[in-house]
Amino acid sequence: MTNPVTRLGAATLEVLRVLGHHATLFAALVRACGAAFRRPHLIVAQVHALGNLSVLIVVASGMAVGFVLALQLYYTLVRYGATDSLGLIVNLSLTRELGPVLAALLFAGRAGTSLTAEIGLMKAGEQLAALDMMALDPVERILAPRFIGGIIAMPILAILFSTVGILAAYVLAVLLIGVDAGNFWSIMHSGVDAWRDVGNGLVKSVVFGLICTFVALYQGYEAEPTPKGVSEATTRGVVVASLATLIMDFVLTAMMFSTPAG
Amino acid sequence: MGRKGVEMLVGVFVLLGMLGLLFLALKAANLSGFGGGDTYTLIAYFDNIGGLKVRAPVRSAGVTVGRVASITLDSKRYQGAVKLEIDRSVQFPSDSSARILTSGLLGDQYIGIEPGALEKNYAPNDEIRQTQSAVVLENLISQFLFSKAADAGTPSAGAASGGKK
Repeated sequence: MTNPVTRLGAATLEVLRVLGHHATLFAALVRACGAAFRRPHLIVAQVHALGNLSVLIVVASGMAVGFVLALQLYYTLVRYGATDSLGLIVNLSLTRELGPVLAALLFAGRAGTSLTAEIGLMKAGEQLAALDMMALDPVERILAPRFIGGIIAMPILAILFSTVGILAAYVLAVLLIGVDAGNFWSIMHSGVDAWRDVGNGLVKSVVFGLICTFVALYQGYEAEPTPKGVSEATTRGVVVASLATLIMDFVLTAMMFSTPAG
Repeated sequence: MGRKGVEMLVGVFVLLGMLGLLFLALKAANLSGFGGGDTYTLIAYFDNIGGLKVRAPVRSAGVTVGRVASITLDSKRYQGAVKLEIDRSVQFPSDSSARILTSGLLGDQYIGIEPGALEKNYAPNDEIRQTQSAVVLENLISQFLFSKAADAGTPSAGAASGGKK
């Protein structure tokens, strides 16, 4: 039984099984989205739970990242007399990479875990089965509004992260250190392209929102209906969502920014 | 909290997101140049455009009056053809000259327009005749070294040949 070939085969089948479950749930979610839009109040409630309640942590982190970026860049750039470019570097790194990625990691930790735990406990308490018994589709009633809510909330959080980060860099560099305000804005203005940089950052954050929300829902939905199973699913959800975000970020960056500007 | 309260909070959240996007697109990026309805085009040929990029600013007396629309190589002249989009409210005399300048030591390159003295203004799609190319550091250094070598004459052959490298 335990010969290596058998184990290899078993592992391959297990990977295929997991992939298949992902695909099945994803297809069911996409199909249920149309029906979910007919009950917008469910989606609004989820945007509140996933988005509004994450604003504080996202804004606080964005501010911290903006401060630290500006401070470190200033110490390096001041040696070359290029402190005027500080705003541009902060803006590009935030809107292109750090905003979407860090907001997605925070989203996976703050909102994704609550989704996984909630769905997992519903499953453990046989609430999903009860809905099924009443001929209500749990994917349509419970999962789809959360899925849509997450996809709506995540880009907004990423935008808030970048905006707050840039404002924090402005406060630190211009108001506290004394970098020239006109150059800070004008070099940023001429170096950042609304479509290429801000637009692609927005596309990234939508993709990350989809990934993080879907992983969290899948882990909750497929969790073993025991306290231990739910806790493991929550942990796995954060790990998988974070890794998927980072890998996807690399892929998206390679696709979006592989050609130099201009 | 009632449903209305939640809806209002979500409304505030979405509004914040839109404001943030507006800030990123307008204040922190160059979306304001979008549309291009009230600009006209001038063409300038440069022997060397250096590190000039598309969307680089066009300035006159330090004030941004337009943007670089496109940079191509003219296959007949073997010069860089730079199309400039200039704000329609700004007109330049038809003997104005264009130069490629650098903002600061490490800054981006931009096009500076030196206004001329003629009464007639450039019409759309005119060519700017007098241009001055970007300063290429290598050429500057080799000029400097050549002139050093010429000044020194040829007292020691080793120093001169070392300078010409």
